[in-house]
Amino acid sequence: MALRRLRADLHIHTCLSPCGELTMSPRAIIEMARASGLDLIAVTDHNTTENAGAVIQAAAGTGLAVLPGIELTTAEEVHILGLFDAATDLRPFQADVFRNLPDVPSKMKFVDDQVIVDADDYVTGFSPRCLFGATLFSVQATVDLIHGHGGLAIACHIDRESFSIISQLGFIPPGLDLEAVEVSPRLAPDAARAAFGPFDPLPIVRFSDAHKPEEIGSATTDFLVAGPGLAEIRLALAGEAGRKVILA
Amino acid sequence: MTLTDLAARLELKVFTAGIPLDKPVLGGYASDLLSDVIGHGRKGDVWVTMQVHPNIVAVAVLKDLAGIVLVNGREPAPETLEQAAREKVPLLGTRSGAFDLVGRLYGLGVKGS
Repeated sequence: MALRRLRADLHIHTCLSPCGELTMSPRAIIEMARASGLDLIAVTDHNTTENAGAVIQAAAGTGLAVLPGIELTTAEEVHILGLFDAATDLRPFQADVFRNLPDVPSKMKFVDDQVIVDADDYVTGFSPRCLFGATLFSVQATVDLIHGHGGLAIACHIDRESFSIISQLGFIPPGLDLEAVEVSPRLAPDAARAAFGPFDPLPIVRFSDAHKPEEIGSATTDFLVAGPGLAEIRLALAGEAGRKVILA
Repeated sequence: MTLTDLAARLELKVFTAGIPLDKPVLGGYASDLLSDVIGHGRKGDVWVTMQVHPNIVAVAVLKDLAGIVLVNGREPAPETLEQAAREKVPLLGTRSGAFDLVGRLYGLGVKGS
C-alpha cells in the first residue's frame, strides 16, 4: 500500500471547551484547518466528546479527515489526550466520564459559555458541567479507559508547568502504556527531541492545543501512513509496518 | 522532632504500619506538584500533599524525605501503599487541609527553608 505523508494537528478545542473561543465552530475549524494545509485533525474538548460528531459531519466531502477525541483531566490534574476511531460509539465512554466528573456549577466568571453545536454551526445546547474540572480517574485508570474504547492515549503538553504529567507527577510513571507524549507549540521540534528524547521509545508529537481559530495548525506532526484512520496513526506511533511519525 | 512525635501531637493517621517513624524531621515542604518537590524538597523534610499517586513514594525516596502526610482525608492509592511499604517511606494522613496542617507543624517548630 502506498504511504503518504499527512500533516496532522490532533489537539484542537471547540466552543464547547470552557476556555475555547465561541468562534471555534465546526465550520470555522474546518476552514482554518484546510487553509493551514492540514490533512487530519482531532476534536479534543475538555472531558467531553459532544462536539466531535458535528465537526466530523461538517468535514464530510472537504478532504479533511477528523478524528473524535477528548482531553481528559485526571484526578492528579494531568491532561491526557484520547483519540478514537470515527466509527466508535463514544456514548458509553462519555457516560462513564460524566459519572466521574464531580458536579460543580461552572458559573465562574472566567469560564466562557460551553456551547454544543451541530454541523451547521447552530447552537443546540450548553453544557452545565464543570468541564474543566478533574475527573475521579487516576492517570492509570484514564489510560485504561481510553484503551478500553479502542483509543490512543497521549500525555499532553509535557513541557508545560501545569496539567502536564511531568509537572504533576514529576516523571512518567513506569509501566504506564501511553502511545505518545505531546509537546506544546512553545517547544520547537529540536528542543523537544533534546528535552524529551530520554523518553524514547515513546514518540514525541507536537500539536497546537488550539483554543482560537488562528492557533489551528500552529504546531503539527506529520504521519507517514496509508490513510488518515486511527489504525494507521496507531501504526505510525508504534513505528510499525513502515508507518512513522515525522516531527519536523 | 520525629514523625512519631508529630503523629502523636497532630493526631495523624499512620497508613504504613510497621515502618519506623523515628527518622528526625529536619524541616517541611508543602506542594502538590511533584516536579516542584523534586526541585525544592530537602533531605529530612516532612512533605504535605494531597497527591496520592504512587509517584509520591518515588519522589520521597529520591529526595530522602522523612515522610509524607496526606491532607483532606485523602487515602493513598493501593499501589502507593504497596510501594511505600516496599521502599519504607512513612505515609501519614490527616483530615485537616494543607493550610491548617502546615500551620500546626510550624507551631511545633517544623520550618521550611
